[in-house]
Amino acid sequence: MHNKSLTELSNGLATNEFSSVELTQHYLDRIHRLDKVYNSFITVTAELAITQAKAADKRISDGQQSPLCGIPLAHKDIFCTEGVKTSCGSKMLDNFVPPYNATVIENFNAAGAVTLGKTNMDEFAMGSSNESSFYGAVKNPWDINCVPGGSSGGSAAAVAAQLTPAATGTDTGGSIRQPAALCGITGLKPTYGRVSRYGMIAFASSLDQGGPMTRSAEDAALLLDVMAGFDEKDSTSMVKDVPDYKSTLNDKLDGLTIGLPKEFLGDGLAPEIEKAVEIAIKEYEALGATLKEISLPNTELAIPCYYIIAPSEASANLSRFDGVRYGHRCENPKDLFDLYTRTREEGFGDEVKRRILVGSYALSAGFYDAYYKKAQQIRRLIKNDFVEAFKNVDVIMGPTVPNPAFKLGEKSNDPVSMYLEDIYTISTNLAGLPGMSIPAGFTAQKPAGLQLIGDYFSEGKLLNIAHRFQQATDWHKQCPPEPSMQKPSTGQEG
Amino acid sequence: MSVERSDIEKIATLARIRIDEKEVPEVVNRLNDILGMVDKMQSIDTSGVEPMANPLDASQRLRADTVSENNQRDRFQDIAPNAENGLYLVPKVIE
Repeated sequence: MHNKSLTELSNGLATNEFSSVELTQHYLDRIHRLDKVYNSFITVTAELAITQAKAADKRISDGQQSPLCGIPLAHKDIFCTEGVKTSCGSKMLDNFVPPYNATVIENFNAAGAVTLGKTNMDEFAMGSSNESSFYGAVKNPWDINCVPGGSSGGSAAAVAAQLTPAATGTDTGGSIRQPAALCGITGLKPTYGRVSRYGMIAFASSLDQGGPMTRSAEDAALLLDVMAGFDEKDSTSMVKDVPDYKSTLNDKLDGLTIGLPKEFLGDGLAPEIEKAVEIAIKEYEALGATLKEISLPNTELAIPCYYIIAPSEASANLSRFDGVRYGHRCENPKDLFDLYTRTREEGFGDEVKRRILVGSYALSAGFYDAYYKKAQQIRRLIKNDFVEAFKNVDVIMGPTVPNPAFKLGEKSNDPVSMYLEDIYTISTNLAGLPGMSIPAGFTAQKPAGLQLIGDYFSEGKLLNIAHRFQQATDWHKQCPPEPSMQKPSTGQEG
Repeated sequence: MSVERSDIEKIATLARIRIDEKEVPEVVNRLNDILGMVDKMQSIDTSGVEPMANPLDASQRLRADTVSENNQRDRFQDIAPNAENGLYLVPKVIE
């Protein structure tokens, strides 16, 4: 059952081949049996899932089926779920049970989808390895001694290991696309403002965006159909119609112009990833596309720019965790200052504290112009590079990440080297553009990702371009070996 | 630009995060690594470039000033560490 696409699962439900309760139980059993190794879930909502599955079965028998009705899904533990712990990977929210649902969750509930549980993630989505989670590192299903990427590492690992048919993620600097690449799945970060951020715990509000993490572009289209759309509860949500993403999946690629940024190839890129990208692009030529070399001259400024903007916005957003209204509170505070400072010392992990401190510094009196304002100006230069490029090309392609999945613990003591793993994904967030990662081969048994970057609100086009590739290749159909077939190495635990 | 111990103490106070005395040198080093990395920005001439706050250059949407939410105070205070009679309790602020 777990090898089927969402469309096949939906057909199976429609024709009574299996019920949603049976399907849901199948996945709950897999999670129970396998997730001790991967640690991809923080919370498994078995009881809720069966209740939702029963309701979905009733809806289907009443003739009320919709594409995701009765389909089990897992949600990144950053989306608030009413009555279900939402930790954001942090000790700070280990006791937080939200009194409301994120809009994305509401949308899936309305569509009749089933929630299997909440997936592991880097604390407050700050990380590229999933090692900063309060709940421990997640293992990459392709090599359990390696990281799955982050911050949506739990969702990526759970989809790759087939513990869920599909999952949600969020992407602030690559947190959907980078783990998708490292785990060999399909991940889409939509245009900023396409998916509601209401109830999605904020990290950097001008960059955060939720999106689907799936085994194929076709599955991603089905999820995005439900996730996307205007929401008056999110002040940055865009008033724009949501196209039927599934209807354009099979459009022909004849005449498509692919831009290849010269800054994305060469220096710092692992040769075997470069090779995988070259082969994938040849496949696109065979599908009727033409190539054009382009330049995104400000690419090397993206990481510096991001590491001012994201921490600055995070320092403001995370000021809400004060030990007063919800979440962790220190024992026996002697005064209000002690309450704030000890609650935050105890509740936040090292990486989160580091980013709050960097942000507080960048925004502090006397430094604002040199850091935050400067970064916002550079952000415009980065956006302008893309605007210029899209005058001549339909889509931009390159690697998602410079290296295959690295070993657990390898970079955890060197934040800057970890930050550099996001070199190809971050500029897309700064520009607010949609980006996607799809499986494009393997390097020494570890997945390599191809990144597609589209113009604003071109999610339908990206899904089409990805789908045509997946019709011609089978990289996305590869599955990792079960953990019993893999040997853990010693002393690498991060 | 780089930071030293006294800067960290000031920032930590602004950010309301207690940092254990013995961790300060490590925090100073890590922050300087990050600030060293972002310094690349300073060599770029950005005079005349409008700062970009929203990638779509969208402005904040406004709504009519009318009540749109129900009062759910009791529900929200159920998850508070310490609340009583509709109030959030904190250590005494005024003597």
